[in-house]
Amino acid sequence: MDPKQLRYAETHEWLYVDDSQGEPIATIGISAYAVEALGDVTHMELPEPGADFSSGDSFGEVESVKAVSDLYTPVELEITEVNTKLPDNLNWLNDSPYDQGWIVKGKLKDPSQVEQMMDFEAYQKLCDEEQH
Amino acid sequence: MSNTPLETPLHAWHQAHKGRMVDFAGWSMPVQYQGIVSEHEAVRKRVGLFDISHMGRLIFEGVAAGKLLNHLISKDLQKIPEGRVRYGFVLNEEGGIHDDILVSCLKKDPENPKWLLVVNASNREKILGVLQQLQQTEAFQSATYTDQTHSWAMVALQGPKAEAMLQPLVDLDLKEIKYYRTAWAELEDEPVLLSRTGYTGENGFEIILSAEKAEWLWKLLMEKGEEFGIEACGLGARDTLRLEAGMPLYGHELSEDITPFAAGLASSVDLDVEVPFRGQRALQEKREQEPEQVRVGLLLQSKRAAREGDQVTMGAGAAFAPLGKVTSGSYSPTLETAIAMAYLPRKYQEPGTLLSVNLRGKTNIPAEVVKLPFYERQK
Repeated sequence: MDPKQLRYAETHEWLYVDDSQGEPIATIGISAYAVEALGDVTHMELPEPGADFSSGDSFGEVESVKAVSDLYTPVELEITEVNTKLPDNLNWLNDSPYDQGWIVKGKLKDPSQVEQMMDFEAYQKLCDEEQH
Repeated sequence: MSNTPLETPLHAWHQAHKGRMVDFAGWSMPVQYQGIVSEHEAVRKRVGLFDISHMGRLIFEGVAAGKLLNHLISKDLQKIPEGRVRYGFVLNEEGGIHDDILVSCLKKDPENPKWLLVVNASNREKILGVLQQLQQTEAFQSATYTDQTHSWAMVALQGPKAEAMLQPLVDLDLKEIKYYRTAWAELEDEPVLLSRTGYTGENGFEIILSAEKAEWLWKLLMEKGEEFGIEACGLGARDTLRLEAGMPLYGHELSEDITPFAAGLASSVDLDVEVPFRGQRALQEKREQEPEQVRVGLLLQSKRAAREGDQVTMGAGAAFAPLGKVTSGSYSPTLETAIAMAYLPRKYQEPGTLLSVNLRGKTNIPAEVVKLPFYERQK
């Protein structure tokens, strides 16, 4: 996936919407910047398909040597698919954060919430600010 | 206290080399550069360089200053020969731990002895406060000491290659500086205080020198260390290394409410020294009582780490009441599993005892009590 075409949350998740199947399906991952900031990831805790989350809920955990960080969904979501191979292939987060490193897919409950998320340019600006 | 963090003389270097700066004990310090695991492995297998200028450095000079220092710390200064370093404590009046410290005898001269006290960054102000308080009493009025924290820098060169790398740069045979010994040396004409000490469980040296020369030394060591595979290391790797080495960290395994007995560090207290020290009487009274909880090591059957505050139980499930709490925990890059230190009732301290750790109130992970340290270098 092209990072320039994705939407971003302030908590560094990316989101892609696929409209081709009739109802909008969101794919969520974490940005290359977030992966870099986490450092060496040792474990991921992921949800089960069917789980419902409101916007801002923690849907999982990513653990690095130093800390445990929550994964937040920026939109209301019903999980339909989980990248179950990811916890055993954590290098995908580093090597391919926007493709192999996707985390969950789910049905969007309120597509207008996507519009409130940052585009690539705004997100870049946020990352630049965080670095200084 | 001001909210602006203090900066070490190496601050600009850290920033220019991708050091991720965090506020630690009032100082802006690098938590990592390339990554904690990479830095950790550099120290275990090759050599790593740490900026530890945030540690407090106090000099005590003269007979009166020696008396003051003797009263402050749990070690008998008279028994420490020149050029030796000792680990000890500053205790509170109840025998709890105010700080854990290193004391070095720089000069044994009975007319004018000289000592170096290295204290935790987080406790420096507290120790200075105790010293001021002690100086109010007549016995210590004439004692003087100087806080050299800002005028001197301190770095740690740690790892199996540290000695080979440092030897060509200094004017003395490093073999003469045995473990927990210290000596002045010239490092390319610059006077430095070397000691074979560290907080990693590896062989290595801590180096003190003038703050103005800190960046020069750091750059020199990074350059000379290149062929040895040196890495600049942050506080993240310092923490995982010391945890594997079973070393306590103030604020985690050590606190005002924990005695050296509970921490398993009674050997760092000269309990019957004639010159009384702060907290001595309280600790003497506690000598016969067994501490309720003691420090233990836990090996988790998981890569997921227990963190400070996580509860240790007999087994998974609500039926098991909490026994104690994790004080430090991390993934161990050397053992490739999670390790932790915790305080538990004495009856659970036997290595091999099987327990359970509740991660953040959610998942239970089996854990085995093991003897500390988790990692010991091959000598």
